[in-house]
Amino acid sequence: MHHFIDRRRNPKGKSLGNRQRFLRRARDNIKERVDRSVRGKTLQQDSGDPNEGEKVTIPAKGLKEPRLAHSATGGLRHHVLPGNKEFVVGDTIPRPQGGAGQGGSKASEDGEGEDEFSFTLSQDEYLEILFDGLELPDLVEKNTFETLTVGTRRAGLTTAGSPNNLNLVRTMRNSLGRRIALQRPTMAAQKQIESQIEELEMKEPLTAKQQKLLQELQARLEGIERKRRVVGYIDPLDLRFDTYVPEKIRNSKAVVFCLMDVSGSMQEREKDLAKRFFLLLHLFLTRGYEQTEIVFIRHTHHAQEVDEEAFFYARETGGTIVSTALEKMKEVIADRYPTDEWNIYGAQASDGENFGNDSQRCKTLLLQDLLPVCQFYAYVEIVDEDADMLLSNAEAGEDLWQAYRQVKSKVQHFEMQRVSLPSHIYPIFREFFLPKIKGAQHAGS
Amino acid sequence: MQAAETTNKVLFDGPEWTFELMEKARDAIEDIALNDLGLEIYPNQIEIISSEQMLDAYSCAGLPLMYQHWSFGKHFVRDDTLYRTGRQGLAYEIVINSNPCISYNMEENTMAMQTLVMAHAAFGHNHFFKNNYLFLQWTDAAGIHDYLAFAKNYISACEERYGLDAVEEILDAAHAMQAQGVFRYGRPPQPTAAERQAMQRVRDGYESSQSLLDLWTDSTMRHEDEDGEDEDPQISARQKELNLPQENILYFLEKNSPILRSWQREILRIVRCLAQYLYPQKQTKVMNEGCATFVHYYIINKLHERGQLTQGAYMEMMHSHTNVVLQPEYDDPRYGGINPYALGFAMMVDIRRICQSPTDEDREWFSDFAGDPDWRGVLRHAWANYRDESFIQQFLSPHLIRKFKLFTLTNDAKHPSLLVSQIHNRAGYRDIRRDLAQSYNLAHLEPDIQVTDVDLRGDRELKLTHLVRNGIQLDTVNCEEVLKHARKLWGYGVKMTATNEGDGQNV
Repeated sequence: MHHFIDRRRNPKGKSLGNRQRFLRRARDNIKERVDRSVRGKTLQQDSGDPNEGEKVTIPAKGLKEPRLAHSATGGLRHHVLPGNKEFVVGDTIPRPQGGAGQGGSKASEDGEGEDEFSFTLSQDEYLEILFDGLELPDLVEKNTFETLTVGTRRAGLTTAGSPNNLNLVRTMRNSLGRRIALQRPTMAAQKQIESQIEELEMKEPLTAKQQKLLQELQARLEGIERKRRVVGYIDPLDLRFDTYVPEKIRNSKAVVFCLMDVSGSMQEREKDLAKRFFLLLHLFLTRGYEQTEIVFIRHTHHAQEVDEEAFFYARETGGTIVSTALEKMKEVIADRYPTDEWNIYGAQASDGENFGNDSQRCKTLLLQDLLPVCQFYAYVEIVDEDADMLLSNAEAGEDLWQAYRQVKSKVQHFEMQRVSLPSHIYPIFREFFLPKIKGAQHAGS
Repeated sequence: MQAAETTNKVLFDGPEWTFELMEKARDAIEDIALNDLGLEIYPNQIEIISSEQMLDAYSCAGLPLMYQHWSFGKHFVRDDTLYRTGRQGLAYEIVINSNPCISYNMEENTMAMQTLVMAHAAFGHNHFFKNNYLFLQWTDAAGIHDYLAFAKNYISACEERYGLDAVEEILDAAHAMQAQGVFRYGRPPQPTAAERQAMQRVRDGYESSQSLLDLWTDSTMRHEDEDGEDEDPQISARQKELNLPQENILYFLEKNSPILRSWQREILRIVRCLAQYLYPQKQTKVMNEGCATFVHYYIINKLHERGQLTQGAYMEMMHSHTNVVLQPEYDDPRYGGINPYALGFAMMVDIRRICQSPTDEDREWFSDFAGDPDWRGVLRHAWANYRDESFIQQFLSPHLIRKFKLFTLTNDAKHPSLLVSQIHNRAGYRDIRRDLAQSYNLAHLEPDIQVTDVDLRGDRELKLTHLVRNGIQLDTVNCEEVLKHARKLWGYGVKMTATNEGDGQNV
């Protein structure tokens, strides 16, 4: 008894459980590297392939599997080696540095010899570790918001239609097939006979034989001309027209506006937190949309659109006027992102300071200009790690916070939260998005 | 005419494999394996798998089912990275010592490779598994699948019930001592209580009938024992009670640890049972691979002789074969120890040569089988009754020592430099053979550690003794880590002492 079994269709990823256990085990090491990688990472990098994972390298130290083994040095050992060339009994060889040969190769067998260990995390694993083990729910896939526009979709070919929809390729293909099938004489064949006739006519007077040939040629020419008349080059039968049907299409382009206060009060820690928030929003949207773009707007007392590098790392001095950033955002939307094509997301991070009565202006801008075109707008206030009072009490806060609270009470797709630690980011993100499925359709409707 | 005949006979033409072609090739191989070589095999189950599944199998010690543990995930990640970056190829096959004998063939193999792999694994390894005494004595080929399924389910049930961390802790600790979780020598099974009573009755009857001859009764024996030993009688009594010394540390902990709960004991049992199952493979690398390589080499040559292989396929197989049996010399950058395929194959070819055309030297060294007309029988006998160490000790010929130009390098920590102690000449053959055999002796390769004493009524410190051979100590960093694990399983102190082999001195 014997048999062959084709196992290739068996479920893959048999060792997925092992992998999860491994990541759990190496969590501290991986976490450290992931945190480090966030700092060096740009948001746009991810937009290429959302399924692409993150490569991490961790020290193998924490993953040792200790075994009782002989030490690599010391004692009396005999090694038998192949390939003796010139040695005779009694020869001595200086001891090589770094232990005897065989000991070394054994040590690396279970990975002990390697200092570093690199592998690729999938994006889900990466996010989970980045946001401190908060489980990423499946809901992420579903509740991105999309605007609808009416467009047209091709719906095959028809035999009747308006000339502007004529499908030339298909028409000509039909015509060619018909001409070949009906053996329509070509222009070249006609030309050839015509020139033969001409040649003969030049040779007046003709012999009887030539006379006969001439008549024959003329008859053939007549036949050809008649056939070319009857079998048209293009017949109404050949015509094909494209047809279009109107259809509602979902826009699958999204743009994220990252707005950040970069005045002196925003330090490294605040920016790092803000970066995580923007990163997560962007990753989130990359999964839901075919194409995502990011616009970075930083502001002090005036706002600028900048590239990512400048956004996170350049220093600016000046006061803080938040409304300038909102103005800038409005301007960019009007300029480049027509709302019927783009799903617009706003994300704003700040430490909550604002100049004088500018907060009221922000409120008006948001309510009148921005929120009607945005799918979602999130405001994150980054507070000190020990500001328990602020964290626990949503009512307390400065001007900007108070003004935004009024906005929130009026608009459903506006969210605001305070954070002080990386681990706060993900939960608030979830809070932002989870209950918002119903209040989604604003823009474009 | 002749060409037409051979094309009819060839098993396949072209690189693509199909199940029909494999079936045909398998039948042809079987004909040679069983009727010519006289192999005896388990029924074959040949499974075609993808590279990803091969990587899966790699990470789980090559077993088809395995419980889950992070270390397997680590191995998978490492192999996967090496494979994807092209630094490591994958094996063409994996074969499992089970009944039916399962071999995994990669789908990427060409038809020629599939044929080679079938001859190698499904017949070569298969025969070895079924006939070698170590496998017969220590493994249960028919039951391994059920046991693996049980182990996997049991451990995942434990994880659900007691939590991942609790199970991981026990598995980590058990894995650390997995190599010390095997019985190295067979022992008669312990008599059950009923059997013991029956024995006692028989003895009583015998004793009463021979009441005058009370020289050999238990009481006198024990008395003598106590006289003979200068050790503390208490110690020897409790050693006897716990069946000490005990080489199987996991077994000892499973049976005697004061703190483990029953599910934890069961996990220790699973780990040591698997260690025991894999133990024969560790001892027969050279023989197992040599046997499989010899078998595939013989079979493909036979197939070629019979005109069942095209020249192209034959060349492809030979190319692969020569890669496998390449033995780089010690100063070659590719050198990574002695290649078990090369050594095993060369020795088996050599045995055939000694049978078929012995020289005077062979007659002197191998008088028992030199010139034996049945070389197949000699090989089958060797495959069945030896392991690496004894096989080399018995069959490595001076001819091969010269061919490999073997020499012994002595590394004595007391001397500043290494010494070439033997080379391939008449004076060196026996020493080189012994040294090479010793380098495959697991009893020497793995540290000899035994549970020697514990006072269960006292401080309960578990005493392990490392028997130091040739002054080779344990790797201290690793040892300390392992002892931490051992303490977790034992619940009280665990101490490792080292004793010199020769004089019994503590070091």
